[in-house]
This record gives sequence, C-alpha cells and structure tokens, in this order.
Amino acid sequence: MKIVIVGDGKVGFTLTKQLSQEGHDVVVIDSNPNVLRTSQELLDVAIVEGNGAYVSVQLEANVQTSDLLIAATSGDEVNMLCCLLARKLGCKHTIARVREPAYDQQLRLLKEELGLSLSINPERAAAREIFRLLQFPPFLKRDSFARGRAELVELKLKENNPLIGKRLFELGDLKELNALICIVERYGEITIPSGGFKLLEGDKITIAADAAELARLLRHLNISTHKTQSVHIVGGGRIAEYLAAMLLKAHVRVTIIERDLARAEALSLALEDALIINGDGTDQELLLSEGIKQTDALVTLTGIDEENLIVSMFGNYIGVPKTITKINRTEYYSVFANMGIDTVVSPKLLTSDEIVSYVRAMANTSGGSVTALCTIAEGKAEAIEFFINEDAPYLDIPLKALALKEEILVAAILRSRKVIIPKGNDSMQKGDTVVIVAPTGDAIFDMRDIFINENPKLGAAEKE
Amino acid sequence: MNIRAISIYIGYLLLVEGAFMFAALGVAAIYQEQASLVAFLMTIGVLLFIGLLLTRLRRGPGRVYAREGFVTVALGWVLISFFGGLPFYISGYIPNLLDAWFESVSGFTTTGASILKDVEALSQSMLYWRSFTHWLGGMGVLVFMLAVVPLSKGSGETFHLLRAESPGPSVDKLAPTLRNSAQILYAIYIVLTIIQVLLLVLGGMPFFDSLLNTFATAGTGGFAIKNASIAAYPSPYLQLVIAVFMALFGVNFTVYHLILAGQGRAALKNGEVRLYIGIMLFSTLLIALNILPQYGSFSKAALLSFFQVSSIMTTTGFATADFNLWPQFSRYLLVVLMIFGACAGSTGGGAKQVRLLILLKSLKARMQMMLRPRAVNPVRMDGKQVKEDMISGVYAFMAAYAMICIVSFLLLSFDNKSMETTLSALAACFNNIGPGLDLVGPAGNYSVFSPLSKFVLSIDMLLGRLEIFPLLLLFSPSVWRRRA
Repeated sequence: MKIVIVGDGKVGFTLTKQLSQEGHDVVVIDSNPNVLRTSQELLDVAIVEGNGAYVSVQLEANVQTSDLLIAATSGDEVNMLCCLLARKLGCKHTIARVREPAYDQQLRLLKEELGLSLSINPERAAAREIFRLLQFPPFLKRDSFARGRAELVELKLKENNPLIGKRLFELGDLKELNALICIVERYGEITIPSGGFKLLEGDKITIAADAAELARLLRHLNISTHKTQSVHIVGGGRIAEYLAAMLLKAHVRVTIIERDLARAEALSLALEDALIINGDGTDQELLLSEGIKQTDALVTLTGIDEENLIVSMFGNYIGVPKTITKINRTEYYSVFANMGIDTVVSPKLLTSDEIVSYVRAMANTSGGSVTALCTIAEGKAEAIEFFINEDAPYLDIPLKALALKEEILVAAILRSRKVIIPKGNDSMQKGDTVVIVAPTGDAIFDMRDIFINENPKLGAAEKE
Repeated sequence: MNIRAISIYIGYLLLVEGAFMFAALGVAAIYQEQASLVAFLMTIGVLLFIGLLLTRLRRGPGRVYAREGFVTVALGWVLISFFGGLPFYISGYIPNLLDAWFESVSGFTTTGASILKDVEALSQSMLYWRSFTHWLGGMGVLVFMLAVVPLSKGSGETFHLLRAESPGPSVDKLAPTLRNSAQILYAIYIVLTIIQVLLLVLGGMPFFDSLLNTFATAGTGGFAIKNASIAAYPSPYLQLVIAVFMALFGVNFTVYHLILAGQGRAALKNGEVRLYIGIMLFSTLLIALNILPQYGSFSKAALLSFFQVSSIMTTTGFATADFNLWPQFSRYLLVVLMIFGACAGSTGGGAKQVRLLILLKSLKARMQMMLRPRAVNPVRMDGKQVKEDMISGVYAFMAAYAMICIVSFLLLSFDNKSMETTLSALAACFNNIGPGLDLVGPAGNYSVFSPLSKFVLSIDMLLGRLEIFPLLLLFSPSVWRRRA
C-alpha cells in the first residue's frame, strides 16, 4: 500500500519503521531535513522536505495516488488540515493525531467533513491504559480483545506465587479458570512455552484470560489485590488530565503535582474534585509531605523520562504498592526493566499499535480481517485479533490437528459473547473472533499466514 | 566495519556479473570461437564459485552504515573490473594482465580508452563483452543488483550503496523503496536502449553492430568495434541517431521519470538540463564555424561538430572525424567540455553539469555579497534553495578533483610524452571519455604508455566513475579502524 506519513517525530518515526518493514511504500514529509536524513538512512522510505499542509508538498509526495495519509505532526490544526487537503486531492483514507481535549471532543462533529477515517489521541489512549492497569495493580500490562471480553495480561512471578516451579501441564486448574499462559519472558528472551516448560521465579508471563475472570485469576494465584483508592500523579500534562477525570469518575482520590502555576490552576478548574499541588514533583520532601507513603499508586507523567524514572524508583523505594512510569524513549526499556520499573506506558507505542492494526485491516480484504493488534512482551511479540467472516479450510478442525507455524498460538476465541480459551479439542468457526499470538518478526497479515503451508491440516505435507 | 555484510553484497555483485557473462558465452558459442568460449567459461566458473561462497555467509548482527556503503562500492568496482578483464587475458587477445584490467576498467567506467591497436582483431564474443561492460557500468552494477536482489527488507541501509555509486552531488529516490527506484531507472534505460537498436537497424546497420554500438552509446562508453570508430558508418542518418542518443543518455534520468509521470513542464524547467543543452548547442555552433573552412559545406561541418560535441560532453568518446586534425580552438574547446561532462544521474561522467551550475550560481551570489554585504542572497536551483552543505560539498569535490589531476599529471610525466598528450589523456580518462589529443587522439590509442601510467590512468578512471570519494575513502585509515 502507498502510505504518506506527515511528521517524522517520535510517533511518526515509529510508524514509518513499522509500516516500511511490513513492506508498504512509505513517503515521509517533515520540515526538518535532519530527522528526514536519519529516516532515509535507517529505513527504505522516500522523503519530502516541507510543510505537509501545503498542496505543493503533498503533490510532491504523490498524496493524490496514495491509499493512506497519516498526519502525526505536533500541531492538531496542521494534522486536521493535512487530512482535509489529502482527501480533496484524492487520498483514500486519512488518519489524524488530535490530542487537545477540546478538539478531541468536537472531532465527532467534524469527522465526516474532514474525511477522517480514524483520529488518534495518544494521550487519551495512554490515560485509558493506565486506568485499566490501576484497576488490577498486579498486572504489568493489560490488552483487551474482542471488544473487551478477552484480555492478555502480563504478570511477574514473585516469591510465594504457586506457579513457580510448576510445569505447564501440571496447571490443569488454570484451564478451569479459562486462562492460558501464552508467553514467558526470561532474561529478556521470549518463549511461547509448551507443556513441559517449567516456570521460575522472576519470569514475566503473559496470560490470555476471560475479562470477567480476572479477579478470580488473581485470587487463585495468591496475589493480594487491594483496591486502588488513592493515586498520586506527578506531572500535570494532558495524560494526567484525562487520567484524573477517569479516576475521579470511579471515585478514586487523585493528587496531581504540577510545577507550572498557570497549568496547575487550569487543572484545578477542569478537575474540581482533584487535589492539585503546585510544586516540583521530583522534590522528595514535597512528595513525602503530600502523603506519598500512604498512597496506593504513583503515576509519573512529566515530560522528561529521566524524572519519571527517578520519581518512580523513589516510590518503589519507600514502598508504594504500585508505580506506573510514562516513557517516551522505549529503546532503553531493557536497561531499566531490572531496576524495579516494571509497569511502563508509552503513548508512542500505543498510537503506532492502533494505526498499524488499522493499516493491516485495510490491507487485507479477505480471509478474516485484522480487528486489533497489540505488541506485547516489550515489542518482541504481537497479539493480533481476526474476525473470521468467510469459509476457510481451517474451520471446524480441532486445533491439535492443525499445522500451525512454530511459536504461533491461538490464544482466545470469542464465539457469541462467550470467551473460549482454547484447548486442543476446540476448533475455530465462521463468525468467531480469534486472537493469535506470534513473535513480532512474523508479520501476520492474514489468518492463512499462521499455517505452515497451504493445507492447514496436520500431516498433509507428509502424506504427499 | 561490517566485513560480513560487505562480503555478501560483493558476492551478489559477482553473481550478477557472472550471470551477464553467460550472454557473452552464448555469442562465443554461436560464432564457434573456441578460445573465447573457454575463457568465458573459466571466468564464469570463478565468479559463480566466489559469489556463491560469499553469499552463503551468515549476515551477523551488525548494521550497514555509510562507511560500509563506500567500501562495498569501491571494492566491488575494483573486483568486477578485475574479473571482467580475465576473459581478455585467458583467451590471449590481451596477453598482459595489467592491460586486460585497463581495458576492463575502461569498459565498466564507460571511458572507452583502449590499449588495443587493432580492435577488429578481437573475436565477436570478446567485442560483445567489451561493449556490454559499458552498458552495465553506465547505470551501475550495484543499482542493477538492488533492482533484482531483495536485500533491503524495509531497512534503508542499501541507500548507502545507491548514494555511493550514483553520480552527482545528491541522490533522488524515484520511488519510496530502493528496489522500485532501481527498477524504474533500469526500465527507462532498457527502453531507450531498445529504441536505439531499432533505429540503427532501420538505418541499415547490421544487428550485431547496432547492438554493440548501442551498448557503448547507452553507457556513454565509447568502445568502437571498428578501428575507424563511428566514421566506419558513413550514413549521416546513423551518425545523427547515435549523436542524438548520446545526448539523451547524458540527461538526468529523473527528468525522464518526470516526463513519464506527466510532469513534462517541470522537466523542461530543470536548470541543469537547460545548461547542458545550452552549452551543447552553443559549442556545436562554435566548432562548426571553426571547422567550416576544412569541410566546405555547413551541413557537413555541423553534423561532424554536433556528433563530436555530443560525444565529448556526454563523455562517450565516439568519433566520426579525427578531431585531432581540427583547428586549435576546436581541439581545446573539446578538452574543456570534457571537464564538466554530462548531467548528474545520467550514465555520463565528468564533474557533472549540476556542479558547474552550483559553482556559477554561488560565485554570482558571492560577488553580489561583495557589493552589498547585508543583502540576503540564497543560491537557488529549480525553485529551491541550495543548502550550504551542498555548496561546500561541491567545493570539496572540485578541490579533490584538482588535487588528483595534479598528482596524476606528475606521475604521468615520467613517460616523457608531450604536454598535450599527457594532459588530454588524463582529462579523457579521469572524466571517462576515452580519446584525447595528439598520441591518444581518435586515431591513436593508449598502448603507448608505460605500465605505471596505465595503472595511474586506470585508477583515475575508477575515481572519475565513482566520483572520487568512495575510492579515496578506501585509503583512509579511519574507514578500516575497528571502532569508529
């Protein structure tokens, strides 16, 4: 597909990288020649220097014959203008990043006029992700599928967990809970485990589970879940504003520490029930005096990664039960993953996940379409949701008789509002929504990509 | 330094060369040329063996950066020209290995300087291979490799290869992916080649001659298959076709891509092409007037003049007359035309018209600034500003160009040839033209030089084709240091 990306910043670059590696023809527009040069040297893409909201620049990038334009510059207005223009020129689909809360609300009115196929708001997505994590603090990551009915949750095996030392086939009771261990991450390496795999302390596991059974799952795993009743947020940016609104609605006490007085006042007006503190969130004395020792969760959302990391580590040190850290530069994740910073949220990755799943859904028109996509286990694996809307040779055959590629797993099946975490005897049917887990390099675009060869049946190849 | 990645790229390069040599093998089989057949067979064997061995290597974790790109291109060109010369040596047509390498370098760099006294003594298949190296070297072997071998897989690292091999101060990608860009370039190249072959055959030239002369025209090479070069075909139609196509192959290929994309208007406004055509027409007129007394009729003088100007400016080096016998003004004007040569992004050589354009424009801006020190005077080209680093890049290129000329000139002087021979040989080789003046004029050849001079000239040809820096960087210690 021909894709034009306007804006070569953090989100733009992540998207460019992902989409060009999936084999699309990508043209990047930015007004800064230096970032463009970097993109061109690292990725196989074309570059156009200039303002993406100019017709001349869009024509130079051949927007008129493109399938998709993604506007991800720092300015909301520019992004909307880019999309409007691209539609006028004849681009088939447009995606705009719109982050300003006020714009975001009125976008529903304008979406049609602007010809937007999708609008994305990284800050709101990040806030929602954090909110969901705070609902079940033990999970390091939650991704929902099948319209929220199935979830993939990440968990670190700490001491006293009954799973430690067990092999997977010994975990029959887990299956009764409608849960399945999909991925195990150990020393930075991921495995899609088989029955003989033995779990150890310190492993990070990703479990596919019925969303309605999450609390029961935690209880079963001996993990105490006490409800989050108060949250401290350091840094009062857009994510904090979205998050605080969600938390307040769920009757959670919110304290926001913001350095800038004008911003603090604006927050205070917007969030009536929240406690807004004007001060430096990296100041230990201030944090202690604002009762950080007693809080249930600390969320660090300043614009500077280093500050977020330091404050979160301090939170861990003095014993806050749950810390969530916002990180923009995810490249360094493996460096600080060992330092107690285990729950990390990256608006950039959330955004690119959303767009990539949209692009994949556009790219295939048959054989079951992609309806959602999440990167899991630090981007080393992907969970892809398909909706099977046609007859296919792999339907109605028990999973154990299908010849799936190595390291590919059918993690969940949703059939008429019921979540099935599949066992060997279960099969896929027409009308199902299916969640597949695969290593990232595999690039699954189609249900057919998960089988070893054309004939999905096991042993078909040997018989010939 | 990622030695493995470089080895893999070079492996593919040798495989590509080996594959193309099969065509020469076919020609040898058709004409039943025993010695040539054996020579090609042995060379293909060696190429495929080394190529397969290298491409079997595992890639390893390292990445490819700019310096790997430069090293791949420089080493790759040295190696393909070495192996390309082997058939001449093995078959005994050129009994000296250095001479064979010189001939092959001259072929791949599209120079067309020959050490052969009697070209017509070569077998048909040797002639085919000799001319074909022009065609392959013209657009670039690595570009061809990028077009057929899917190497990049979304990563931009092969861009470093394209940049190091393509002529001109900057590289435009014609399509979002490198592979498509390379395919577009070769598609335009192949179509133009086919049209020219057809036109020549229609004019009564034998098919084999048409094909080989077209190879030499398309690559702007200039290896003739007759001792009298193109003068061997007296038909004005044939000479005109070749002259026009030489000029066409000297035009920046992005212009053709623009025309194909329906933006002919933008293509016509291209400043470099305008300068190129302007200089070409003006020089044609000057020389035609200058040689008019020698030939009597203006139309005859004009045709000879146009052919020669087109041949020299595009750095092809064909001849329809012995311009060595022309008046001094015409002879020296031709040598001056050698320096800047053809357009960037074409198959031609020289310092490129776009550099001349940038030099002139920045010179003008400089002079304006002396008059009005506070005036803001950006250098513009095709409606866009030419950035300062591009201008200083052009200055650096011209400085390196001058330096190499001086060193080569002194090394060549050991041969005790006249100033005219030495200088014009240097200009003709460094700018990838072929024939010069005096001893190396259209009627002469390069066999008069000593082995040292042949070696120096071969290196000059490679420096000229790769635009100096890739080859020069090969000798810079920091390229080879393990940790950058």
